Amino acid sequence: MIEMNNVYKVYDNGVTALNGVKTTIDNGEFVYVVGPSGAGKSSFIKMMYREEVPSKGHVKINHVDIGDMKDKQVPYLRRSIGVIFQDFKLLPKLTVYENVAFALEVIEENPRKIRRRVMDVLDKVGLKHKARFIPAQLSGGEQQRVAIARAIVNNPKVVIADEPTGNLDPDTSWEIMRIFEEVNATGTTVIMATHSKDIVNKIRRRVIAMENGQIVRDEHRGEYGYED
Amino acid sequence: MKINTFKRHFREGTKNLVRNSWMTVAAVGAVTTTLVLVAAFLMLMLNLNQIADNIESDADIRVFIDLSAEEDDIDELGQNIGELNRVEEFYFSSKDEELEALVEDLGEDGEAWELFEQDNPLNDVYVVETYEAEDLAGVASTIEGFSNVDDVDYGSETVDRLLQFNQYARYIGITFIAALLLTAIFLISNTIKMTITARRDEIGIMRLVGAKNSFIRWPFFVEGMLTGVIGSVIPIALVLGGYHFLYINLNDRLNFQFIELLPWNPFAWQLSLMLLAIGAFIGIWGSVMSVRKFLKV
Ligand SMILES: Nc1ncnc2c1ncn2[C@@H]1O[C@H](COP(=O)(O)OP(=O)(O)O)[C@@H](O)[C@H]1O
Ligand SMILES: [Mg+2]
Repeated sequence: MIEMNNVYKVYDNGVTALNGVKTTIDNGEFVYVVGPSGAGKSSFIKMMYREEVPSKGHVKINHVDIGDMKDKQVPYLRRSIGVIFQDFKLLPKLTVYENVAFALEVIEENPRKIRRRVMDVLDKVGLKHKARFIPAQLSGGEQQRVAIARAIVNNPKVVIADEPTGNLDPDTSWEIMRIFEEVNATGTTVIMATHSKDIVNKIRRRVIAMENGQIVRDEHRGEYGYED
Repeated sequence: MKINTFKRHFREGTKNLVRNSWMTVAAVGAVTTTLVLVAAFLMLMLNLNQIADNIESDADIRVFIDLSAEEDDIDELGQNIGELNRVEEFYFSSKDEELEALVEDLGEDGEAWELFEQDNPLNDVYVVETYEAEDLAGVASTIEGFSNVDDVDYGSETVDRLLQFNQYARYIGITFIAALLLTAIFLISNTIKMTITARRDEIGIMRLVGAKNSFIRWPFFVEGMLTGVIGSVIPIALVLGGYHFLYINLNDRLNFQFIELLPWNPFAWQLSLMLLAIGAFIGIWGSVMSVRKFLKV
């Protein structure tokens, strides 16, 4: 369970990205986060795996305040959450296979299991045949799918995706959504910032709409709700 | 850490050498250059040390006893010498023994001296050894003040100078080697740092996907160690080959009594092992230093 209470985020340059955010996301939910560029969607998401810490207020993951968390505990938090970053954050010198395997190597999974899991998940995102490529040899959409594969490979409790379909053609986008629904169906919480009106309106889930660092709407089975 | 994880770090460290190939070349080059210089200095220093040791153990004081001294006087002098603190041991050598030794030392030239056998012009002698070569001068001058002493000799000039030279050589050598090692560590960590601006992002990503600092550090450790080991290959080859050459060519020519080079085996091997250890050490140090900063926060 993710709880935010009165969360503010002011960056070093003085920009206020979150301006008093309060919400609760239960285990197993599927949540879209929508809103115009600069609304604070990414900042909101970054609080959940402690890429950023709140300037004020509290963020709790399973009742543990991440503000009180010791540095040593952070890796464990991040292992329990699969993140698909807006800019992918793939390791440029590692192959597709190695990038995905990395998430399992950090938890010291045994090599045989790593091989099987990685190939399974690459198959799932349709990139098995490019396992030996490095990120620079892939298209934006393919890199995004590698990022997805890495995020879900160790069956995390929560999957967080920052505009995961931003670079994909419609067909691939639906394919990716199918993967997220599958992951969600096994009880994993899915939180996804998106600009895709089509997806939000077709696959109806909870919608959190943000503007100027605040939550302006929070509806179950909501609509995208505004024109870009 | 699980054994598989350890293997993974080793594999990763090895791959990093290949992935950052130009940096590897630069870092290995830095280690190689340093170790070649270190090896040259160590060869020189350790041999000087050896020479000094030889001098120190060879050096003794020869106390020439007055020709007029009676047996009682000689015994008394011996007693006085024996009571000195810094004297390790001493023995009496009669003038006949002295002549015999002299004849033997000179070989064929010595035959001429055999004529003196009837009328030996040499003195009876006390040969005195001190604990430390540094005590020679002091002990010698004390003994010079005893009665029935004709003269005292301990090769003062040569010994003093050699000792002093060797002392300086040691200080200079140690300073130089320390400076070299620091330079190498600095060079290596800087070389790695050049690629680390790129690696900084990679380290950030690793942390974001749940890697602990130790997990990130280990491959760097391996990478540094391998850089050092690879960098020590050429220096070791040079030591093994070069010292062999030196030993064969120099040792015969430098045929003085106490100037003898350390024997190739085991010296060259010991030095090689030392270079390998130093190489690995500076490689690891440089590499781990370079990531340290990025693992904070
Ligand atoms: N690291 C940062 N440093 C400074 N300002 C930032 C940083 N990240 C985001 N911002 C600013 O915070 C605001 C919200 O950004 P963001 O959370 O990325 O919104 P969104 O993802 O909805 O586009 C923007 O004005 C952005 O410029
Ligand atoms: Mg964003």
